[in-house]
Amino acid sequence: MKESEKSSSRRDFLRTMIALVPTVSIAACAPLSVLRTSPAREYAPRFFTPEEWLFLHAACARLIPRDENGPGAVELGVPEFIDREMEGAFGHAANWYMQGPHASAPPEFGYQSPLTPRAVYRAGIAALDAHCRSSFGNRSFSELPATVQDSLLSDLEKGLLDFDAVSGASFFGFLLQNTKEGYLADPIHGGNKDMASWKMIGFPGARADYLDWVDQHGARYPLGPVSIAGNKGWGR
Amino acid sequence: MIDITKPLVDAVLVGFGWTGAIMGMELTEAGLKVVALERGENRDTNPDFSYPRVADELTYGIRHKLFQNLARETVTIRHSPGERALPYRQLGSFLPGTGVGGGGVHWNGQHWRVLPEELRLRSHVTERYGKGFIPAGMTIQDFGVSYQELEPYFDRFERICGTSGKAGNLNGAKVEGGNPFEGPRSQEFPLPPLADVYGATLFAKAAKDLGYHPFSEPASNASRPYTNPYGAQLAPCNFCGYCERFGCYLYAKASPQTTILPVLLKKPNFELRTQSQVVRVNLDPLGKRATGVTYLDAQGRKVFQPADLVILSAYQLNNTRLLLLSGIGKPYHPATGQGVVGRNYTYQMTGGVQVFFDKDKEMNPFIGSGAGGQVIDDFNGDHFDHAPLGFIGGGYLGVIQTGGRPIQQMMLPKETPQWGAKWKQAIKEHYPHTVNVQTHGTVMSHRDNYLDLDPTYRDVYGQPLLRMTFDWKENDIRMTQYLAGKAKEIAQAMGGKSLEVKMKQFGEHYDTRVYQTTHNVGGAIMGEHPESSVVNRFLQSWDAHNVFVLGSSVFPQNIGYNPMGLAGALAYWSAKAIRSNYLKSPGPLA
Repeated sequence: MKESEKSSSRRDFLRTMIALVPTVSIAACAPLSVLRTSPAREYAPRFFTPEEWLFLHAACARLIPRDENGPGAVELGVPEFIDREMEGAFGHAANWYMQGPHASAPPEFGYQSPLTPRAVYRAGIAALDAHCRSSFGNRSFSELPATVQDSLLSDLEKGLLDFDAVSGASFFGFLLQNTKEGYLADPIHGGNKDMASWKMIGFPGARADYLDWVDQHGARYPLGPVSIAGNKGWGR
Repeated sequence: MIDITKPLVDAVLVGFGWTGAIMGMELTEAGLKVVALERGENRDTNPDFSYPRVADELTYGIRHKLFQNLARETVTIRHSPGERALPYRQLGSFLPGTGVGGGGVHWNGQHWRVLPEELRLRSHVTERYGKGFIPAGMTIQDFGVSYQELEPYFDRFERICGTSGKAGNLNGAKVEGGNPFEGPRSQEFPLPPLADVYGATLFAKAAKDLGYHPFSEPASNASRPYTNPYGAQLAPCNFCGYCERFGCYLYAKASPQTTILPVLLKKPNFELRTQSQVVRVNLDPLGKRATGVTYLDAQGRKVFQPADLVILSAYQLNNTRLLLLSGIGKPYHPATGQGVVGRNYTYQMTGGVQVFFDKDKEMNPFIGSGAGGQVIDDFNGDHFDHAPLGFIGGGYLGVIQTGGRPIQQMMLPKETPQWGAKWKQAIKEHYPHTVNVQTHGTVMSHRDNYLDLDPTYRDVYGQPLLRMTFDWKENDIRMTQYLAGKAKEIAQAMGGKSLEVKMKQFGEHYDTRVYQTTHNVGGAIMGEHPESSVVNRFLQSWDAHNVFVLGSSVFPQNIGYNPMGLAGALAYWSAKAIRSNYLKSPGPLA
C-alpha cells in the first residue's frame, strides 16, 4: 500500500470513529477495541490508554491541522512519536535533575515539578477529559467540536484552565512541544511521515552537504529531503 | 575510604576537553607521565558523530545527547543573594559538555582572540574615563597578562585548529578585508575565510554602506584541506548545518578529536581514564600542596591517584566547584567582599534582529557552518566612545547562519500564533526567507553575581551542588540595547519586509529556560593579587602551587567575543610557564 493511501485510510477511519463515539457508550468500548485491533492501525500505543489515545489524536489535529498547506500532525504520525517519547528518556525525565525539595518559582527558573512528562500527560488528559465531561454534557475532549477544542487548548495555553493534579500550562507546554517535535523531526522517531513537513517548508533534512550551493545566492536549493533511514523526497 | 591507590604520576588532568587535551600534549612533550580523568564516556568521529545518524536534530539538538546529564549533577540558580536557589533541572540557558572532547565536540568553532584593552579592563577604563566611570558594585579587574604576551599562544591554538579567517592587523599594519579593530597578529590565519551564505553577504553590504567594517568571523571550521603542526588532518567544511550541539562527521570542525587526540592518545606516557568522576583534590596536611585527586571509577570504587601536578581542566562550573569542595582558596562572600573562590561569575549577553524577506529571496537557511559569516566589531571593546553612553563593554554583531534545523531554529514574526493553521502557514511562509542578525556581547562582573556551594541540593554522589547567584545588571542591558540599535539599523538596510527585535530589556531577569550561550566564566579568576584572584597570571593556584586551573573559569569578567580562543591560548601560556619554569623549580611562579 502506498504511504498516501495508508494515511488517508487512517484518516477516514479516525473520522468515522470520532463521529461514532458520541453515539456509543464509552463503557462499552466498542470503538476502542476496534482501534486496538484494526489493520488500518500499524502502530499500537505502548504508553497511552485507548481513551488517552483518542485525546491525543484530537489534540494533535487541532494543534497542527490538516489543511490546504498539507497534512497535519495526525497524518504525520505525531501521536506515535509522542507515545514513543513517553517510553524513552524524555517521558521518564531520565536526564533531568528530579531530586527534591520541589518548590514553585517564577517561570524563568524553569520546570520545577516532581512530575515526569509521562505523569503530566496521564494526569493532564484525565483532568481535561473530566472537565469536558462535567462542562459539555458528559462528552470527552475528543467528542467536542473543533471550535470548542480550540478554545479549551487556548485556555490551557494562557493558564486560564488549571487543575489540582497538574499544571494546565505545563501539560499544554509538553503537548505543544512534543507535537511540533514529532511533526518536524526526522521520521526515524515515528512522526513526520513521508517527510511531509520538510517538503512543505523546504528543509532538505539529513542531506547535510551543501558545499556546492553555499554561494548560489538567491537560488532555491533544488533537491528534496532525505531522511536518516534513507527515504528520499523524490519519486514514489 | 579509598578502595584503590594508583601509582604516582607526574601530572593528572581533571576533565578532558580542549584545555585538558592541550595541557596533556604539552606535558607529555616535556616527558611527563600524564593521566587524564574524564567523567564522561569516550567519543570519536567514528562511530559517535558519523553520518547519517548525527544529522538528527531531535536527538542531538533538542534532547542534548552529547551534553551533561543533569540527573547526575547540575547547579542551582537564584537571582540575588537573599533568595533560595532552585535546581537547573532541564538544560536551557547553557549546555555544559561531558565526555572526551568536552564542549570542544559540540561548539561552533567561533575562534576569536581577545581585544588588548579587555585584558586590562579596569586599568583601561580608569585611564580613559576616570575611576568614577566604573559603577558601584562592579568588580571588573585586569587579567594580569597582556595581549602581546599571549600573541604566540593565540597563534599556536589557531594553527592547531586550522582556523579560517582574514587578518585585519598584521604586526601593526592594517590589512584590507580583515577586522581593523583587532590586536596585531604575527601572521595570517592558517586558512582563508569560509564562503559566505546569501544572508551574510546582505549583512556585509548593508553594514559597509552604513560606514561600518564587515569581515569574516574567524572560524575553526576548515575552509580547505589542512594538516596541523601535530600532523592531524582536517577536511573542508561542507556547510551541513549540524554543527553546534553536534559532533562533526566530516573532520572539518576543530575539536580535540580532530586536532590533538590522534597523536596524544598514542603516546606511551599518556593514559586516559573515562567514566572517572573526580570528587576531591587531596591536599597535604598544611594545605599548601596537592597530593593528587580522588575519583569514583565506572564501578563506583573510590580511587586515589597521586600526582605531583594537578591540572583542573574541567568546565568552568566544575573547576570552581572542585576548588570549593576541596578547600583550595578562600570561598568568596558577597556581603564582605572577602574571599576569592566563586568571585566574579559572569556570562554573556546575546540578542538578535530577525529579518523577514519576501518570497523571492531564497535564504536556504539550512546551509550553515558553525562559525562562518560576516560580522562587525565597530561596537565591541573600546572601539567607540563610551563616555556619553554610560556603560562599559560591547560586542560584535552579524550574520552567522549555523543551520535551519526546524525545531530549534524556526524564526517567526511575533504576532504568529504558537499553533494551529496560522502557525503552519507561517512556518511555510517564513522558513525559507528569514535571516538573523545576532549580537554577542560582554557581561561585567558584579559584587553579588557569584558561585558558592548550595546548602540544600546534592548530586548523585551526595556532594553539594554549585549554586549560581546571577542576574542581569543595568550596565549590561544598556550595552545590549545599544547593540540592538545598531543591529536594527543594519537589518533595516538589508532589504527585508519586516523585523523582529529580540533583545533584553531593562528590568528583565535572567531566564534559565532559553538558550543564550555556554559561555559561563569566572569563579576561579586570574589576577595579580592573591586577595582578589584564585590563580596567578600563569593560572597557578595562589594557595597550592602545584594546582593549575584552566579554561574560562579564570576570566575576571566576560569579553565581547566567544571565549574559547582565549581559553585555549591561556592553556598554552600556562603550559609554557610550567615547562619552562615550574618543572625546574616547583614553587610559586608569581
